[in-house]
Amino acid sequence: MSDPVEEAFREQYGRAVAVLVRLLGDIDLAEEAVQEAFAAAVEHWARNGPPSPAGWIITTARNRAVDRLRREAKREDRHREAALLFPGEAREEPPDRLRLIFTCCHPALSTAAQVPLTLRLLGGLSTTEIAHALLVPEATVAQRIVRAKQKIRDAGIPYRVPSGSQLPDRLQAVLAVIYLIFNEGYAASSGPRLIRDDLCTEAIRLGRLLHELLPGEPEATGLLALMLLTEARRAARTGSGGEQVLLRDQDRSRWDGGLIAEGHRLVRQCLDHGHPGPYQLQAAINAVHTDGPSTDWPQVLRLYDQLLHLSPTPVVALNRAVAVAEVAGPAAALDLVEALDLPRYHVFHVVRGDLLRRLGREPEAREAFRRAADLAGNDVQRSYLQARSSSER
Amino acid sequence: MRRYLLSVIEPSVGDPPSPQELADIAADVAEFDRELREAGVWVFSGGLFPPATATVLRPKDGGALLSDGPFVEGKEHLGGFCVIDVEDLDEALEWAGKAMRATRLPIEVRPFR
Repeated sequence: MSDPVEEAFREQYGRAVAVLVRLLGDIDLAEEAVQEAFAAAVEHWARNGPPSPAGWIITTARNRAVDRLRREAKREDRHREAALLFPGEAREEPPDRLRLIFTCCHPALSTAAQVPLTLRLLGGLSTTEIAHALLVPEATVAQRIVRAKQKIRDAGIPYRVPSGSQLPDRLQAVLAVIYLIFNEGYAASSGPRLIRDDLCTEAIRLGRLLHELLPGEPEATGLLALMLLTEARRAARTGSGGEQVLLRDQDRSRWDGGLIAEGHRLVRQCLDHGHPGPYQLQAAINAVHTDGPSTDWPQVLRLYDQLLHLSPTPVVALNRAVAVAEVAGPAAALDLVEALDLPRYHVFHVVRGDLLRRLGREPEAREAFRRAADLAGNDVQRSYLQARSSSER
Repeated sequence: MRRYLLSVIEPSVGDPPSPQELADIAADVAEFDRELREAGVWVFSGGLFPPATATVLRPKDGGALLSDGPFVEGKEHLGGFCVIDVEDLDEALEWAGKAMRATRLPIEVRPFR
């Protein structure tokens, strides 16, 4: 694939599939038509240069679909063909991709199916790319996507934005899928680094799309802000040897000022809206972390208090304890941490080890870091934690 | 229009609800049934006697072999069902939610071919 096509592909695939699904009422037909259009684009653009990509791809895909339906000429396709020929319809209507996101993230599909389906249909990632990114065998990804499409068709999962009463729950599912994709990329589990970065980029692109299509939903805004403010610190998160650098030790000049400014602007939009939710609060916490030369910990703690009230999970309680340590000291924080039941979560042992070390309880701290290293998901994290378990750094 | 089967999944073990609870459930289920019919989505509905009342026929040498009891003994069984005609799965799930609240039991939603 030549570069302008590759670029258009990433940018336009989801848009084109969304339009064609609406016109054809069938995901497989839509994907085939869009893929044929991109293949044609490679030839056409090599000779004539790129036209307006969005319009060209969608129109070509529609024409291919009409050709195919004519060739196959089944009776039940007649009304489909009629719909396709109506000239005004080969453009994206504003909610087309929004409809497609809600279909891909429908709660009747398992999360294991929602994530690859969203990456495939909206992100245009190939099965191979998704398999690499999610560290799942390619055959498994292919099977999950095929089954999900079958269920969408056979069970009648609708292609529409949910009605008012269903929207809040359904939006939660969509936000969760996007954040999961982002975290898959961000958590640096393992695998080729480049593809993992791709997942963050893709999640942010989906986040922007959702924010743009649902401007009145502050949690969509909050999720985008959260991802931007996290992404902004990527370069500073790892040292020259690939080791993890904690927030307080990060070189702030390596943060991406543009992303931070955008994230802060979105957080202020959320505040103006006045309906706080978990993503908005996490974004606000990240905004405080990235505001000025040092973190205003009492402010972070107040935000964590609110977050814990809205989502009383052990992981949130653990993160809140980190803020407590900065405001009230490591002893108070350790009491909170010891009360949590997170034995399989490596970050729990990292936080605990850190607090024990600050309290001068070195042997226990080393033991905690050793357990964290055993549980860590990737080599970079593991070697960093092994180093911490053997030194007093 | 699509047709869906909503199955009520009843536990086969454990204590049944008290007579008062059963009366409340029966009233709520009757109300749910009325709502289905009023909305024009009702095709068929009914509750079933326990699995012990079942008889199974199996093809055998060109005839039938009868046996007493359910097809499979399980921890759960089909307690009742309704068939509805609606637009899509989202509508079916909305009705299933009402069925779940009326019966206080899990509901399985399956599309007809």
